[in-house]
Amino acid sequence: MQNVDSTSCIIRVENFTAAYDGSVVIDDISFEVMRGEIFVVLGGSGCGKSTLLKHMIGLYPPAGGKILIDGRDIVTAEGEERRKLLRTFGVAYQSGALFGSMTLIENVKFPLEEFTSLPTEAIDLIALMKLKLVGLEKYSSHMPSELSGGMQKRAAIARAMALDPKILFLDEPSAGLDPITSAELDQLIMSLARNLKITFVIVSHELASIYSIADRVIMLDKRVKKIVAEGKPQSLRDESTNPWVRQFFNREPGRAETQGK
Amino acid sequence: MEVLTQAEQAKFLLQDQNPEDASLQLEGSLTAASAGPLWRDLKQRIARSKFSRLKVDCAGLTYCDGSGIALLMDLILLKWSRQAEVTIINLQPRFQELLGQFDPQDFVHSKAAKPRSVSSIVQVGRGVHILWQDTFNLVSFIGHVFVAGFQLFKRGHRIRWRDVLLVADNAGANALPIVALISFLIGLIMAFQSAMPMKQFGAEIFVANLVALSMLRELGPLMTAIILAGRSGSAFAAEIGTMKVNEEVASLTTMGVDPVRFLVITRLMGAVVITPLLTVFSNLMGLIGGWVVLISMGYPTITYVQQVLGAVGLKDLSTGLFKSVVFGILVAAVGCFRGLQTEIGASAVGISTTKAVVSGLILIVMADGLFSVLFYYLNI
Repeated sequence: MQNVDSTSCIIRVENFTAAYDGSVVIDDISFEVMRGEIFVVLGGSGCGKSTLLKHMIGLYPPAGGKILIDGRDIVTAEGEERRKLLRTFGVAYQSGALFGSMTLIENVKFPLEEFTSLPTEAIDLIALMKLKLVGLEKYSSHMPSELSGGMQKRAAIARAMALDPKILFLDEPSAGLDPITSAELDQLIMSLARNLKITFVIVSHELASIYSIADRVIMLDKRVKKIVAEGKPQSLRDESTNPWVRQFFNREPGRAETQGK
Repeated sequence: MEVLTQAEQAKFLLQDQNPEDASLQLEGSLTAASAGPLWRDLKQRIARSKFSRLKVDCAGLTYCDGSGIALLMDLILLKWSRQAEVTIINLQPRFQELLGQFDPQDFVHSKAAKPRSVSSIVQVGRGVHILWQDTFNLVSFIGHVFVAGFQLFKRGHRIRWRDVLLVADNAGANALPIVALISFLIGLIMAFQSAMPMKQFGAEIFVANLVALSMLRELGPLMTAIILAGRSGSAFAAEIGTMKVNEEVASLTTMGVDPVRFLVITRLMGAVVITPLLTVFSNLMGLIGGWVVLISMGYPTITYVQQVLGAVGLKDLSTGLFKSVVFGILVAAVGCFRGLQTEIGASAVGISTTKAVVSGLILIVMADGLFSVLFYYLNI
């Protein structure tokens, strides 16, 4: 898409290996995410998509290789450098992970209060505008526990966007949303990528959403623990030589054998 | 008049000599990081200015994130807050698109709805209502437990003995060290504190009577119950509370399994089995504490033992053990009750745990008081 700066890489994953208790989940994969790109990580259940995301945001150190965000390694970054690096991205977790003791608007205001010198009324207005973007402005004074799972997820996206980070990591953003809200969320993602050149890294299963928003996808397979396909979703569906990839995109039951990338 | 503010990479220029035709130029990159100082300065300047028409020129605006868009929205809202006519010109189309996503009307009465303040009379009323409701629920829960327990034995439902043993292990065997330490120290401190004044009358041997009677009738069951409330009552509330939050309790109900039978009865049975055993152990450790003091004062062990055996009998031991069974039931029941009362949210489990310990302690002390009166009138 036109907003993607194909010459400028914002995330570089080099020979990355993830393991839990010595058991390898992802084995030696490498890829790059370009600035302004909507990049989707796909794969069957348990293939390590969320694991990859959690390593990319620095929650766990890789078992091998490294992950560079804006040229800096999040694992080795310390002190002020790490703080700056963490401010370059926002994360919306699969479960929402809102702070249960705060109202929705307080959740969205929290990063603004922590990291900016904006006046209070400005923070109030920004937070309300973020909630408006995800259609939750009427629920600003509600506690997260008073809302449905889908609403909590949208509020989490509003919180992740609060500081307008360069990169937004979204873990299953449309899962559990109704089709209209999901389509609105897709529009929002595309608008932010196009107008503010925000890079999106999205873990998703929603094929309809992926076709409309993704610039590029990678597919992980838990059998080989590697990337088995990379490219535009439409071309993978129509042109991939890998039967499992075609099967995945065509939503066919039964498991076909995986071939290499 | 001109004002120029430099804030990282953003600045503004306000020309308001002519109030009918004031102009504001925004320049640079307006982001969450750079907008803070600029926003504050700009608002102060605008508050001092008396313009009725404002033209905001964004030609110099190279970048504008969500915070920058919010600043522009704040300027547009001047139309409502001070009846000024505000026009934004030369804003790049990509930022115009972002600004266009919002309708200023949505933010006119703006800000998040504040929760209504509640008068103190209403608060007291609510407090009383909650207390009444809580007591009612506790009584109802006790009834539910009895019915579930009765049905369990009558209909021969399978008792999950593995769960009972697990509770007995966690709440009983694992609590031995802390019960031992606290009871030993209580016995030792009590003996030491009383030995000093009693020595003046040559009555220090009666320290054995005091320690034995206090431990067996009162402190053994009481200390065990308090430790049980802190260790296991809270754990029951946290376990069941987490299950409630994760909708596991709802899942049991929809399967047709009574959560009280499945979760509460096993814990109650475990607590009823281990509390008297722990109390016996607590009594023994308290007596050892007293023995250490008397040994250090030169009395032989046999004298201490004979004095203890002369002071207390099976009646004292059995009343203490009876009390401990009741305390065990109270602590386990109230822990499970608070767990099942858990509401939704991360803090809910913490609240239930705290309530379980506090309610457990209150019930233990109240029951102990009732027993004292009862035993006095029954002459036990």
